[in-house]
Amino acid sequence: MIKVENVHKSFGDTEVLKGISTCFDKGKTNLIIGQSGSGKTVFLKCLLGLHQPNQGNIIYNDRIYSELDDDQKTDLRQEMGMVFQGSALFDSMTVEENVMFPLRMFSKFPRNEMKDRVDEVLERVRLIDAHKKLPSEISGGMQKRVAIARAIVNRPKYLFCDEPNSGLDPKTAIIIDQLIQEITQEFDITTVINTHDMNSVMEIGEKIVFLKDGLKEWEGTNKEIFRTDNEAVTSFVYSSDLFKKVREIYIKDN
Amino acid sequence: MIYLENIGRYFIMLKEVFSRPTKWNILKRLIYKEIDDLIYGSLGIIIFISFFIGGVVAIQTALNIDNPLIPKYLIGFTTRQSVILEFAPTFTSIIMAGKVGSYITSSIGTMRVTEQIDALEVMGVNSLNYLVFPKIIALLLYPFVIAIAMYMGILGGWMAVVFGGYSTSAEFIRGLQVDFDTFHVVYAFIKTIVFAFILATIPSFYGYYMKGGALEVGKASTSSFVWTSVAIIIANYLLTQMLLG
Repeated sequence: MIKVENVHKSFGDTEVLKGISTCFDKGKTNLIIGQSGSGKTVFLKCLLGLHQPNQGNIIYNDRIYSELDDDQKTDLRQEMGMVFQGSALFDSMTVEENVMFPLRMFSKFPRNEMKDRVDEVLERVRLIDAHKKLPSEISGGMQKRVAIARAIVNRPKYLFCDEPNSGLDPKTAIIIDQLIQEITQEFDITTVINTHDMNSVMEIGEKIVFLKDGLKEWEGTNKEIFRTDNEAVTSFVYSSDLFKKVREIYIKDN
Repeated sequence: MIYLENIGRYFIMLKEVFSRPTKWNILKRLIYKEIDDLIYGSLGIIIFISFFIGGVVAIQTALNIDNPLIPKYLIGFTTRQSVILEFAPTFTSIIMAGKVGSYITSSIGTMRVTEQIDALEVMGVNSLNYLVFPKIIALLLYPFVIAIAMYMGILGGWMAVVFGGYSTSAEFIRGLQVDFDTFHVVYAFIKTIVFAFILATIPSFYGYYMKGGALEVGKASTSSFVWTSVAIIIANYLLTQMLLG
């Protein structure tokens, strides 16, 4: 579980996060949504420890990040996995080397055990024949799967994803969403996803935090988002006619 | 003000480069790779440039000696002094600032743009140690490159003089041996080690702290070349004053 208490973050005179408090639950896919410029990416980077909040606390299972020393922060980061928007795979390494990288860095497993573990996670993300390929030789969807495999190979307690299905076709996007949700439940990890994709919100949003202008405007589940009266949320989520109709049908049926 | 801020950030970066080291078996492979990219990959251009620069220095000296009272062995002497003291260590380092410096800045800058550095940080890796430290260690072999540059420069001078008919081989070799001070070679290698450190760290600084996209990677490479060259020239002046002045 990750608890966020009154987090503020400014860059110069610009206050991007203006006091966000929320909680991301273990074993659930937690989504952060909001318009461009609402502070989602900065918030995610604060959760990852890449930005230091100016005020407030981020607590990972009773460990307050700002109170940890460098070694404790390094230990905590080894419990995190991250899937970046552009996958952020290391260009000079093969798929296998990319996935093995966190193990080589931090584990003391013998090489054959590392290899078994890499095979296992690549199989888990349904990538079997790509071990020796370079990131530039595989598709965007496959790169995302490699990024997921790399993020989970160290058995993290926290998984963060920044727009995991951006730039993917709708079918591949759904596969990636489902994969993340399955992995979250299977390994019982706390997953936080930063997304613009309304399909993801409807499909896997077990908890949704809606940000507006650096503040938490609304939070709830993908079921509750159909019934909310919050104008900011409805104007963002139901901006297309298709989703308006989906909402009407859902409310009628339930 | 921005210059002072950058100087401060550069020294903070250096401190971070030497802290929280990466596992040795990983570091070892990175160092071998950097030796291949930065040292071995530069040998061809260094050999080519040094050979012709040495030749040009020798020809220029020969053409400027028109007084019969000046001995011909002075061509070898001047070539030796010019190549060992300045052309091999300093001129080659300026070329390396363009070749190796741009490569370092653009490769680290691209990693920054594509979030690969963020990925390292999120995993708990000290990205500065992982990326910059192997380059510093690899460039410790830079004096060997400069030794080759010295040899090729003098060889180029000898060939230009002998085959160009400006002097005899014996005269040229005599000039190479006249008043030889071993400290000049020591001085050249001390400079080279300082230049190697500059070559590894300033381009890394510009790559690591760049912001923006592909266009900014190009701009960072240009800034890196300019400031690496400036630092080399200032360091050259200071070291010459300290060691020979």
